[in-house]
Amino acid sequence: MDKFKVLEIKKSVFSSNEKRADELRNELKDKKLFLLNLMSSPGSGKTTTLTRTIEALKEEIRIGVMEADIDSDVDAKTISDLGVKTIQLHTGGMCHLDAGMTAQGLEGLEADELDLAILENVGNLVCPAEFDTGAVKNAMILSVPEGHDKPLKYPLMFSVCDVVLINKIDVIPYFDFDMEQCKKNILMRNPKAKIIPVSAKTREGMQQWIDWLLDEVKHWKE
Amino acid sequence: MHELGIVFHIIDSLKEVGEENHLQQIAGVTLEIGEVSGVLEDYLQSCWRWASDRTELLKGAALTVEQIPAVTFCEDCKKTYSTTEFGKTCPYCKSENTYLVTGNEFNIKEITAC
Repeated sequence: MDKFKVLEIKKSVFSSNEKRADELRNELKDKKLFLLNLMSSPGSGKTTTLTRTIEALKEEIRIGVMEADIDSDVDAKTISDLGVKTIQLHTGGMCHLDAGMTAQGLEGLEADELDLAILENVGNLVCPAEFDTGAVKNAMILSVPEGHDKPLKYPLMFSVCDVVLINKIDVIPYFDFDMEQCKKNILMRNPKAKIIPVSAKTREGMQQWIDWLLDEVKHWKE
Repeated sequence: MHELGIVFHIIDSLKEVGEENHLQQIAGVTLEIGEVSGVLEDYLQSCWRWASDRTELLKGAALTVEQIPAVTFCEDCKKTYSTTEFGKTCPYCKSENTYLVTGNEFNIKEITAC
């Protein structure tokens, strides 16, 4: 045993994934392909939000969707009926996607021909936040029925997001949901977060989200 | 299975270290894990045994976990306190203007190898 020696490593467990994620972002920059990582808990309204987003943008840019939910709540057919390329990723029961799996997904999507690839991450507010997928921007959907205290309970998720959609604002009168407190809770974790209250159902606020996304996609291609 | 995914990432990192340092065998791995990093050691150990034994480099390697306490700093009264006990709200001045100083670490500290 004395040939064994102690080596000091001192590196984060996530460092190999972070390295792969940075490589993937560089590849995306070269290909002028914008990758959006969309996270949320199950039932937050991803299907409707994605549908509205695609309807608004599909004439202008080429879009593809990767669905990674273990038990996807997005009907693949609903999305592909919109005329955009859609694939289902298999996480093998894993609670999150990492940069390697995302890169494989992009190959499967034949994403080189696209302007925007949307990754629908596993519906979970914990694990997806810990693994950088290589996405250019991270977005999450928080819906009104989940409560304004969620940013306190899942601080990491809110701190890694560039944009937070607060969805289902049409039902605010029926819930004890404090919008100002919710915004305060998010900004406390992440002062840079852009917060957009929306109702994917009534389309209220959706234009602001769509404008944000389109601006980001165009900016990435420059 | 959050822990299994993490174990795969630890193994990937160690394989890189192994290649960089031309290692034949790793016999022990020490991790530093923050108290609020959200990982359960029991689960981590079972996943580790299962996954590491399936690699040449790490067959039989022992996993040691050193826990780092979670400490939060209050920007208003400049005091620190235990995160697991008081959470986001400072117990001294009731401010919520606080941030985590230590406790979310997830590092590979050292390995024993040849």
